[in-house]
Amino acid sequence: MVPADLHYTKDHEWVRVDGDTATIGVTDFAAHQLGDVVFVDLPATGRTIEQFATFGVVESVKAVSDLYAPVSGEVVAVNGDLASQPELVNSDPFGKGWMIRVRVSDSAQVDGLLDAAAYEHLTAEA
Amino acid sequence: MAYGPHTPADRRRMLASLGMQSVDELFADIPPALRSTPLRLDPPESEQVLMGRLANLAGRNRVDLASFLGAGAYRHFSPPMVDHMLLRGEWYTAYTPYQPEVSQGTLQSIYEYESLIAELTGLDVVSASHYDGAAATAEAALMTCRATARDRVLVSRAVHPHYREVLTTYFHGAGLQVEDIPLVEDGPAAGTTDLAHLERALADADHPVAGVVLPQPSFYGLLEPMAEAARLAHAAGALFVAVIEPVSLAVLAPPGAYGADIAAGEGQSLGIPPQYGGPYLGILACTDALVRQIPGRLVGMTTDTDGKRAYVMTLQAREQHIRREKAASNICTNQTLLALAATVWLAALGPHGLRDVAALGAAKAAELEAALAAVGVARLHAGAYLNEYVVRVPNPVAVHRELLGNGVLAGLVLAEAVPDEPSVAEGLLVCATEVTTTDEISAFARQLQSALAVTAHPVGGAA
Amino acid sequence: MSASGPRMQPSLFELSKPGRRSDKVPHPPSDALDRLPAEHRRERPPALPEVNEPDAVRHFVNLSQLNHAVDTGFYPLGSCTMKWNPKVNEWAARLPGFAQLHPMAPDAVAQGTLQLLWEVEQILIEVSGMDAVTLQPAAGAHGELTGILMIRAYHRSRGDMDRTDVLVPDSAHGTNPATATMAGLRTVSIKAAPDGGIDLDAFKAALGPTTAAVMITNPSTMGLFESRIGELLEAVHAVGALAYMDGANLNAILGRFKPGEAGFDVMHINTHKTFSTPHGGGGPGAGPVAVVEQLAPFLPAPRVLREPDGRFRLEAVGERPTSIGRMRSFVGSTGVLVRAYAYLRTHGGSGLAEITDDAVLAANYLKGRLAASGAYDIPFPGVCKHEFIASASSIKKRTGVRTLDIAKRLLDHGFHAPTVYFPLTVDEAMLIEPTETESIETLDAFADALIAIAQEADTDPDVVKTAPHTAPVRRLDEVGAARNPNLRWRPALGDWTPCPD
Repeated sequence: MVPADLHYTKDHEWVRVDGDTATIGVTDFAAHQLGDVVFVDLPATGRTIEQFATFGVVESVKAVSDLYAPVSGEVVAVNGDLASQPELVNSDPFGKGWMIRVRVSDSAQVDGLLDAAAYEHLTAEA
Repeated sequence: MAYGPHTPADRRRMLASLGMQSVDELFADIPPALRSTPLRLDPPESEQVLMGRLANLAGRNRVDLASFLGAGAYRHFSPPMVDHMLLRGEWYTAYTPYQPEVSQGTLQSIYEYESLIAELTGLDVVSASHYDGAAATAEAALMTCRATARDRVLVSRAVHPHYREVLTTYFHGAGLQVEDIPLVEDGPAAGTTDLAHLERALADADHPVAGVVLPQPSFYGLLEPMAEAARLAHAAGALFVAVIEPVSLAVLAPPGAYGADIAAGEGQSLGIPPQYGGPYLGILACTDALVRQIPGRLVGMTTDTDGKRAYVMTLQAREQHIRREKAASNICTNQTLLALAATVWLAALGPHGLRDVAALGAAKAAELEAALAAVGVARLHAGAYLNEYVVRVPNPVAVHRELLGNGVLAGLVLAEAVPDEPSVAEGLLVCATEVTTTDEISAFARQLQSALAVTAHPVGGAA
Repeated sequence: MSASGPRMQPSLFELSKPGRRSDKVPHPPSDALDRLPAEHRRERPPALPEVNEPDAVRHFVNLSQLNHAVDTGFYPLGSCTMKWNPKVNEWAARLPGFAQLHPMAPDAVAQGTLQLLWEVEQILIEVSGMDAVTLQPAAGAHGELTGILMIRAYHRSRGDMDRTDVLVPDSAHGTNPATATMAGLRTVSIKAAPDGGIDLDAFKAALGPTTAAVMITNPSTMGLFESRIGELLEAVHAVGALAYMDGANLNAILGRFKPGEAGFDVMHINTHKTFSTPHGGGGPGAGPVAVVEQLAPFLPAPRVLREPDGRFRLEAVGERPTSIGRMRSFVGSTGVLVRAYAYLRTHGGSGLAEITDDAVLAANYLKGRLAASGAYDIPFPGVCKHEFIASASSIKKRTGVRTLDIAKRLLDHGFHAPTVYFPLTVDEAMLIEPTETESIETLDAFADALIAIAQEADTDPDVVKTAPHTAPVRRLDEVGAARNPNLRWRPALGDWTPCPD
């Protein structure tokens, strides 16, 4: 289940671009690999993140993974529900498990990301 | 081999199962050029001979002195039930509770330790243990840097000199900055941390401070202005670290009450013998807000699949075996057995017993102060103390040596322990605890009086 | 099935009853705290449990019985060397002359302990093939940090400021990369070769003018002797870097391989692994570090010195300015080192060599039994050292039963599980280390249990997947523990009683 309308990184983040706003999360594949997510560490609103640099961390009981930004921009919203319900990353990774919204500084960056088909191909190999 | 189970027949059978004649064949994978020379060591020793040797060595230490030495390691009464428990193999021959289903004893005891120290410190989160007070203090200072993303820590010169040295070693390694906060030189606050200096150091906007570290009580035994220091630190966006002594927390305000974000300290006084420096118990505690920054193991309460209460190591994603080079610390093996000692000791004493220990120490220290004053030896500082303080003695090195020859260990010679603190160059740091006797105090005063008479009027030429 | 053995215990706090007092110490005079200024006083006494001695002792004895320990059964925890902990060690550490000695006691009254420490150093120098030893580090990871800080200081003392990289195999203990970070250096992870050994070409490609050190565990975390180590060490030194040996697996090489002779520059020694000091439920350990001559100036302070007249003393404050400084308070975990000394003297040179021979023999015997059964994958089939890897990879593919399940089922058989899922480089890994103090009967019983569990995975996988069945508790909710951490008992208000005086 890889939504067709999103773009992806090879590190298993997804991004949905809507005008100049991008919503970012991790894929179902990533959530499954991690196991039950117990904690998500996200940047504060107002912070600027850089494409492909780490912007946060997601933890399960026995694993931890850095989160890499699919695009650059300023964080305009953070999913506060994840603080008390990190399990949303497992149960609804593309919906209620979203992580941050970013005001995109360079919308052309999206073109360099994987589309759904390419991402599906990547995870099929893994 | 002393503890080996194999008969020659067993060894032959095991080798035969591998199709081998000699154990040397098992080492054929070591390239000949790298094979070692034989171990040039003494032959094996029987248990009987060994015990004689050890008793002889132990007998060459003097532990019969009337001792007033504290300085970070304290003599306390330990009820026999504490060591009785530590001698149970189920505790001391287990390892880290990696299989929680068969380690609930260790896990629950750590949880109880965490709970006891949380209650004593007034903080929320307590690590399962660190190496000692110095390492715990260094880890606390590193936590402030991670939590604030700043790289400069201010440390009071009233913190134990060993702790400051360890902190400096750790910080130089990590490429972080540590600066001293000096002591007040004179007046009623002499010997305590100079808060005016702290305020100026915090005001450097170009170089924001991650953490401020003060002790309570201080290395010099004085009570420090913790609440005011915490307020100054927080006003500058820094975290505040209290270096504590746990017995004193029976009667002194706990770090949580004066706004400390982190408490670190030495747990040796909770039933652990001095044993020339260790193994000791590094205490590290923090607020809930810092739970992801605290290094070391944490044990939490949970349930098993039947819903039964049980305990487990948790939040392990902070640790080296998962996060590797991004871990909060490299610590793995810790001091769990010493945390158990502290837990049993606190259970044995209870809240009233702990308060009695702290109050008795204060009473004995006051008795000592009066006895020394009567022979003309006064405290160096004016501030309040609990059970340790500095007395001024002319020619302290010679006086200390003279008393040692007469069965009195007259505390710590500060000129030797902190040569870079000239204000205490004539000081002896002395302490008393509940085990200090009136006879010992009298002997100290008497010997001091005669030693001072000798050093003031040297007989038989130059010193 | 249900647990028939020891039962879970209430919390110490639940045993508390307001008003119980123990009278372990005399009562202080009523004015004892009058001089304590109000602003420093605790407003409310801490709500510690109030229990009497019988209840407290029963509580802790009952808790202890919930533990598996070396004293209760086989503990083949790979990489941890859970060997027998001799009882004479405990006696020795409790001799009043050792136990009651203050760490700042003047040298003149500490000659017995100082001599013991000095002798331990001499023995470790011989065992490691190095030139000098510090006993200060409190554990293996602490020793690693000490060693890497010395290496960093060495390079800097030569004006060699750009060496920032520490090369670490990906099979290494997590402490190695974590140590590099604490020392302000950067970890470069090197993939292991297909045979489990170091990949010489990969190392050589990564070595250069920015390399500060390599950290090598030998034998490796797969229990294999690194036969290419000689060539690697030459390459390391050729680029001006130094070689650190993680001594976690020293039990496999006593008297057979001296790291210093072979060309390593620094190593730490885990006394709680190789030299029988007990593991204490997680610690304490001790992590002495041995170094070659050129690193001796950087050893932590204070060192134990022997004077020409045969007396011993500690270095004075500031006596050796080249030192990296202190790593901990006081001189070290002396109580642990007394135990190690007892063990070293008991065995002497020939006994230490026998330890290694028997440890390696036991591991190979057990490995041979499992290999012959065909029950498990044995990824590295040749001779191993003191430990070896078995894998449940095939079992998992066939039955869905994982290494974790097998580990839990072993608990029902009365054995502690091996180290599982380490090293990270082997799928479904079990790292099995029997040690030299286990009899052939115990080794056989353990092999029989592992083989039976593998069969059970085919015939009744659910029993394995839901194990343990006879431990004091079933599997735990670790996810819940991490999502909603409960890290301390919170006494209900009113549970405490103020002190009457």
